[in-house]
Amino acid sequence: MNSSGGSCSSLMDVVTYDPHHHGHDEELHVLAVDDNLIDRKLVERLLKISSCKVTTAENAIRALEYLGLGDQNQHIDALTCNVMKVNLIITDYCMPGMTGFELLKKVKESSNLRELPVVIMSSENIPTRINKCLASGAQMFMQKPLKLSDVEKLKCHLMNCRS
Amino acid sequence: MDLVQMQKSLQDYTKSLFLEGILDSQFLQLQQLQDESNPDFVSQVVTLFFQDSDRILNDLSLSLDQQVVDFKKVDPHVHQLKGSSSSIGAQRVKNACVVFRSFCEQQNVEACHRCLQQVKQEYYLVKNRLETLFKLEQQIVASGGMIPAVELGF
Repeated sequence: MNSSGGSCSSLMDVVTYDPHHHGHDEELHVLAVDDNLIDRKLVERLLKISSCKVTTAENAIRALEYLGLGDQNQHIDALTCNVMKVNLIITDYCMPGMTGFELLKKVKESSNLRELPVVIMSSENIPTRINKCLASGAQMFMQKPLKLSDVEKLKCHLMNCRS
Repeated sequence: MDLVQMQKSLQDYTKSLFLEGILDSQFLQLQQLQDESNPDFVSQVVTLFFQDSDRILNDLSLSLDQQVVDFKKVDPHVHQLKGSSSSIGAQRVKNACVVFRSFCEQQNVEACHRCLQQVKQEYYLVKNRLETLFKLEQQIVASGGMIPAVELGF
């Protein structure tokens, strides 16, 4: 797990999604999930250059743990928790173990996280895959490799949704 | 060689990589992500790519040399390499991976061996070219110059 700005005590962090959160400087905190190291670096940089705060996860399980949906979070000590507010999840579709699609479904099934926008990325342009993700509540589907203009589009889209 | 000549050499060299199809526009995207706050972004990501790819190619060689090839192991590696080469703009490596995957799907061991050789060839080529590119950049910076932005007129 890797988080920019502020310490991350990994499993003890709890994330809540606050739809009325106005943040410092309206800064988006994005959780980026991808098993490919190079892609993680790229998406992290793309998001940071677009003034987002970024936390990366190398797989869906780690992402769920960060979001407070992992099994270990049953015994959280509230006093030592770091409350993080994630505004967006961007995840790769094809990942070993749990896929991005399965991650999307878990988030949408969760009572406190279902409003959290989830964007799916994939290198493969498969219409049935895209439709399946959108039908399951994905905010957007983005083609890899990501470009700066993609992130700009994403931010506009999200800002419009929030206001 | 003076600074202006070095900068021209770098531009010409970079252009040639695009013209030969070794790099595609995604590499330009990487360059756009580099700035004063992250002056080594491109070389950092490319270095990660080299390290990751060396490992993957090694694993692929081992997997394909088994008596019984497990394509469930081979394909994810090729997928990974396809993804990372695409993300840095290593077009020919990516294209070679696409071909490789189609033979994985067919479970054609012999063709996969040939594909691996092709991927390795393209990989060593782009690695060599990018290492040269970074050296040219370093020479310019060491001489107190700035790296010129790539202008592709085509």
